[in-house]
Amino acid sequence: MIEFDSSVLERPQPETASTLLQLNGLKTHYPIRKGLLGRVRGHVKAVDGVSLDIREGETLGLVGESGCGKSTIGRTILRLEQSTGGQILYKGEDITRYSTPKMRPLRTEMQMIFQDPFSSLNPWMRVKDILKEPMLAHGKATASTADAEVDRLLDAVGIPRSYKDRYVHEFSGGQRQRIGIARALSLNPKFIVCDEPVSALDVSIQAQVLNLLKELQKELGLTYLFIAHGLGAVKYISTRIAVMYLGKVVEIGTKDEIFRNPKHPYTRILLNAYPVPNPHLRGREKIVVQGDVPSPANPPSGCRFHTRCPFAQELCRQEEPPLAADGTNGGHAAACHFTL
Amino acid sequence: MLTYIVRRLLIFVPVLLGITIINFIIVNMAPGNPVDMYIDPNMSPEIIEAKKEALGLNDPLIVQYVKWLGTLLTGDLGYSMSSYAPVAQLVGERIMPTVTLGLAALVLALLIAVPLGILSALKQNTKIDYFVTGLSFIGTSIPNFFLGLALIYIFAVNLGVLPTGGMQQLGGDGGMWDRVRHMILPAIVLATAIAGRKVRYVRASMLDVLKQDYLRTARSKGVHEFWVTNKHALRNALLPVITVVGLEIPILLGGAIITEQIFQWPGIGQLTLQSMMSRDYPTIMALNLIAAIAVLGANLLTDILYSAADPRIKVG
Amino acid sequence: MNDLLEVEEIETVFRTERGEVTSVDGVSFRLKAGETLGIVGESGCGKSVTSLSIMSLLGKNGSIRRGEIRLNGRKITGLAESAMRRIRGSEVSMIFQDPMTSLNPVFTIGSQLIESISLHLKLKNRQARDHAIDMLRKVGISRPEEIMDEYPHKLSGGMRQRVMIAIALSCKPKLLIADEPTTALDVTIQAQILDLMKKLREETGTAIMLITHDLGVVAEMADRVIVMYAGQVVEEADVFTLFDKPLHPYTIGLMSSIPHLDADDDETLASIPGTVPPLQNMPSGCRFHTRCPLAREKCSALAPPLLEMAEGHRVRCWAAQGDMEGYETQAKGEFL
Repeated sequence: MIEFDSSVLERPQPETASTLLQLNGLKTHYPIRKGLLGRVRGHVKAVDGVSLDIREGETLGLVGESGCGKSTIGRTILRLEQSTGGQILYKGEDITRYSTPKMRPLRTEMQMIFQDPFSSLNPWMRVKDILKEPMLAHGKATASTADAEVDRLLDAVGIPRSYKDRYVHEFSGGQRQRIGIARALSLNPKFIVCDEPVSALDVSIQAQVLNLLKELQKELGLTYLFIAHGLGAVKYISTRIAVMYLGKVVEIGTKDEIFRNPKHPYTRILLNAYPVPNPHLRGREKIVVQGDVPSPANPPSGCRFHTRCPFAQELCRQEEPPLAADGTNGGHAAACHFTL
Repeated sequence: MLTYIVRRLLIFVPVLLGITIINFIIVNMAPGNPVDMYIDPNMSPEIIEAKKEALGLNDPLIVQYVKWLGTLLTGDLGYSMSSYAPVAQLVGERIMPTVTLGLAALVLALLIAVPLGILSALKQNTKIDYFVTGLSFIGTSIPNFFLGLALIYIFAVNLGVLPTGGMQQLGGDGGMWDRVRHMILPAIVLATAIAGRKVRYVRASMLDVLKQDYLRTARSKGVHEFWVTNKHALRNALLPVITVVGLEIPILLGGAIITEQIFQWPGIGQLTLQSMMSRDYPTIMALNLIAAIAVLGANLLTDILYSAADPRIKVG
Repeated sequence: MNDLLEVEEIETVFRTERGEVTSVDGVSFRLKAGETLGIVGESGCGKSVTSLSIMSLLGKNGSIRRGEIRLNGRKITGLAESAMRRIRGSEVSMIFQDPMTSLNPVFTIGSQLIESISLHLKLKNRQARDHAIDMLRKVGISRPEEIMDEYPHKLSGGMRQRVMIAIALSCKPKLLIADEPTTALDVTIQAQILDLMKKLREETGTAIMLITHDLGVVAEMADRVIVMYAGQVVEEADVFTLFDKPLHPYTIGLMSSIPHLDADDDETLASIPGTVPPLQNMPSGCRFHTRCPLAREKCSALAPPLLEMAEGHRVRCWAAQGDMEGYETQAKGEFL
């Protein structure tokens, strides 16, 4: 039954409303094996019950600190990791348990861009072969059309066509990332998981790559899941943003809602901790949280952030706050008992 | 830690059982048997048959094995089929000479390999490095028997400074120095190949460590370069070396067979060769068992040492 | 009265298989006692090599070919290694980018701390240990006695960086060189470490040379900033002037290419075209001219000098030095 949600009226609706990808309570746990017989002594709960949706043509930014599970989500969606619970729906179809042959046609539609383009591109292959290989393997091009396709891809990512006979090590970091993007585009994907695509790049190069990703999205109607720890990049490229902490989404909303009106203390602390490139703001009031992120093998009871939260109360220690339902259908929601 | 060791020791039992079964089968598959090896052509077939029957060689293999295992469990290694002496006594007499020789070779090899490997790494791509690497190549590839004979020829025959073989001078006092003199050449032979392999290993390990950030930290603290190398780098570089030293134990036992034969060193290696020649099943089985225990023990020791040396590794 | 650190026209070269490359080319700057100097630039600009030149830790293949470095008026370039060792870790100390690999995995935190304490302060057993524990407490480590006997792998990245800071400050250095001290850390941990550095700076009066690619960190910490590009200083100013009125097109480009949290993102983010030129193959004239939207003939032919345009504001750019009308707005406009 579809319930009417009055808050829909107050929210600006994105033009493309159809959901491309939906996660329902997704869990990815890794067993911790110990001892002689490799008995399972516990689980690293990398992703622990994440529900969110990604709509066609949008960019969902996924932010959080290391170990929060943001990269695991991306890898689980692409089935590079096997989920241990929950559902992944792609275009309404449950692909969570798809067999490898059944996944094959979907693999062309879902692609990934990695943080380190150097280790994700084969050093023994020429650029043109790196780009041709997936097209030929998936029948997206024939031997006779592949060369023209390579030129088209190189044009799209701004690498001179004359470089196609070179090897990866002959390129700079930014150029390599462009090649990584070209490879992801070679199969005409609909959905791309960008896993920290600019973190390894120099500042001036980051902007180039971010602009390229944005242009390509506009031209090709791509949908991105943009995973990053750099808030600036996420804000620049995202339509909506989900903030993660210890395997859970703690807040989700449009980028303006997240940046202008953060509801969860963790979001606020994260934004506040980000060093602002403006020396006039250096004296600003700052909340510095103490301590480190707890281990995902043994997350705290109740709200997972309560051990570091300056606003934590007794209730937070005991009861886990849910992410309000409108978090999964485009609304702004935070998983906190005492939203700010 | 203690439970870990106990657990590992418990695993030894089935492993050793498996090894003895396989050994028993292989040993019996070899053509001939103890009786055939020393029969007098004039012996009548009946006597031979009676002899075999007496030694239990006509029983089915499985019965022979169970009998052997049964006596083993009572702590008895049986009697040699060629000399009729108790195997325990035969082996007991020879185990210490081999252990002494093996340890001496191992220590000697490390004394050569560790400094040379480090020197080679510190002087990477210089003439010193090439020289050391070349030396290690020769050390690895030179055959035991050849090196042994060459050393005997030079030091014992030509120069006459060292004995040709044996463990002590006939009629000598058998004192410390006498034994050491006899051990020098065989120890060098055994150590050469080990040192050759270890030099390259230490060098590679050291080169890897020399790139590490924590050495830059040490230098930035004002630590003398000598200590940067010999304290901060060395300890890290030697960690992986511990593992491969453990792996040398079986190779050492194998090398002992030839080397002890050449130098008439009255150890396990020599006994192994003799007992194999005479198809002395009980002695071969006992020697195999000892070798298996030595290898398993060395592996366990390696793991324990490694966890003691590297705080990041905890066994258990 | 001398400044604490005077770096004058140093040129640092490295021998490589393909010949000699110049990593740092004519870099000069001064650092007053207690001051925090930010050195900003992208990878390969020579900012780390500059700091290693000061420490004289250039390795077998690196050397300072010309120029002079003075610490408290005393020339330290060309100093004997033994004299240099007495400076390292005591007068000048250093922390590095990756706290996970900067500590030796096989020694306890305590022994790594005590090593420099007994080396420079000549403290013995009990005293050295007490001082070490004291330092750990100062950098905000709870249970310092227990941490003394721990090995680095037991500690989180943030904790290890605190330990590194404790080691660096244990002998009361006059200068702390921090080479990307928070780059490898998470945002909330970065905030903790920056906070700690500020607190300790106030307590100890140590001057800090903060090397970073992150303009946010510089804006947060530095008194004065040097911007480096391709082995040279291209701009120097106090932090407010630099962020309010940047003069060099590279600085302007760098600043407009970071996405601001409070900016409107519907416009395209400014970016500097091209990539940093390789050390072996520096462009003629101004090194930035291959990527500069304002470049003209003169820029590719003649290398601009580093000139002081206003009090303490130096820039290496023909356009900024000339009387180009409306240059600043044009520079900003070109990047947008």
